[in-house]
Amino acid sequence: MSLVDYGAGNTLSVTRALRKAGADVELTPDPDRVARADAVVLPGVGAFGDCMRKLRERGMDEACLDACRSGKPFLGVCVGLQVLFEGSEESPGVAGLGVLPGRVVRLRAKGLKVPHMGWNHLDIVREHPVLAGLDGEAFYFVHSYHPAPREERDLLGTAEYGGRFCAAAGRENLVAVQFHPEKSSRAGLRLYENFLDWARGDG
Amino acid sequence: MALCVRIIPCLDVDAGRVVKGTRFRDLRDAGDPVELAARYDAEGADEIVFYDITASHERRATSVALARRAAEEVFIPYTIGGGVRTVEDMRAMLRSGADKVSVNTAAVKNPDLISEGAERFGSQCVVLSVDVKRREDGPGWEVYLNGGRVNTGRDALEWLVEGERRGAGEYVLNSMDADGTETGYDLELISAVAEHTNLPVIASGGAGHPDHMVAAVEAGADAVLAASIFHFGEWSIAEVKAWMKKAGIPVR
Repeated sequence: MSLVDYGAGNTLSVTRALRKAGADVELTPDPDRVARADAVVLPGVGAFGDCMRKLRERGMDEACLDACRSGKPFLGVCVGLQVLFEGSEESPGVAGLGVLPGRVVRLRAKGLKVPHMGWNHLDIVREHPVLAGLDGEAFYFVHSYHPAPREERDLLGTAEYGGRFCAAAGRENLVAVQFHPEKSSRAGLRLYENFLDWARGDG
Repeated sequence: MALCVRIIPCLDVDAGRVVKGTRFRDLRDAGDPVELAARYDAEGADEIVFYDITASHERRATSVALARRAAEEVFIPYTIGGGVRTVEDMRAMLRSGADKVSVNTAAVKNPDLISEGAERFGSQCVVLSVDVKRREDGPGWEVYLNGGRVNTGRDALEWLVEGERRGAGEYVLNSMDADGTETGYDLELISAVAEHTNLPVIASGGAGHPDHMVAAVEAGADAVLAASIFHFGEWSIAEVKAWMKKAGIPVR
């Protein structure tokens, strides 16, 4: 399994949590390694445009696109979820990878503090092996934007913060979460374990 | 459901060991910081704060090694504080697995540290921690530095408002009057800060019973930080959470 290393801030935490969950994970800045991996995890924190620029500079945008299209299990985390969509209000004019239809929009949580930071509950909208056993569990969120999938079938889970927003999305071999499993204690490790099982074909 | 109120054990670290004192003095040994943090994670803690309490006056950078070790064992957000003096220090902590850095003395001496840290890493990474004590000669609280050794004479509310303007992401309010006494948080301080500012407020200093935590949340705290009550086994995290839940407070 490859963890895409493109200078994102949370790669260390994601690596540690994946290993804790039992993954044989390689943190790699090499697009060829990503292309050859049997499963891929794309982490990300910070601004959408900044992440896309770093991915492009390293040729990782193409490697991720190839991985997404090849059918191998692919997990996006936080901004690693957002860049799977077509673009973001945060960085107008910057194209995302566009493998999931829809855009990333600013959280509109009237009267509440943005960023949405802290533990909040995940409500599963559509069953998915990676989210097995996690309905209603609390996860750790830090974000000011969230994806708005254009196609309802891509919505896997929501959370409530001044309104419902998409907290998990995916289709086919892609699954992505807005929260941080690597910072979500047992529930987060369970999600990574589920991803491993799914990647191995036991999910 | 709304955001959960966070329960945050605070680990004061001195030469690699967790210590805890009363009113910032009389330190007692409470174990290895990473082992203890991992245990709190397993018991349901929502975040961890590590403060290197000797760093400020010894002028050494907070231990990156601690952040790195914690990344192996702790799977909830953690903050590193104590002696963070430069943006470079912040970068080193964050790269080593810390989710946030906490600034205190250095931010008062150089407020640009807050602005630059927020600009470089995002406000959510910058925690403004203040050690405050009630004024002896009137209402209000004053800001202290160097682990409570130096009184700046500066008004705490005024400083917190400046911190918010400069881009801090949240506050830790350490009441020196209440620290380690286990007689309850300074509720007037919490209310005053919640009223005058817009950032999440983490109450610190004085927790001795879960009722104190309930009171802090009712006074306006978004999170409660505690040390002695957890380290010496008086209450477990799970017991505190069950108590708060019964009082109608949303917890994980």
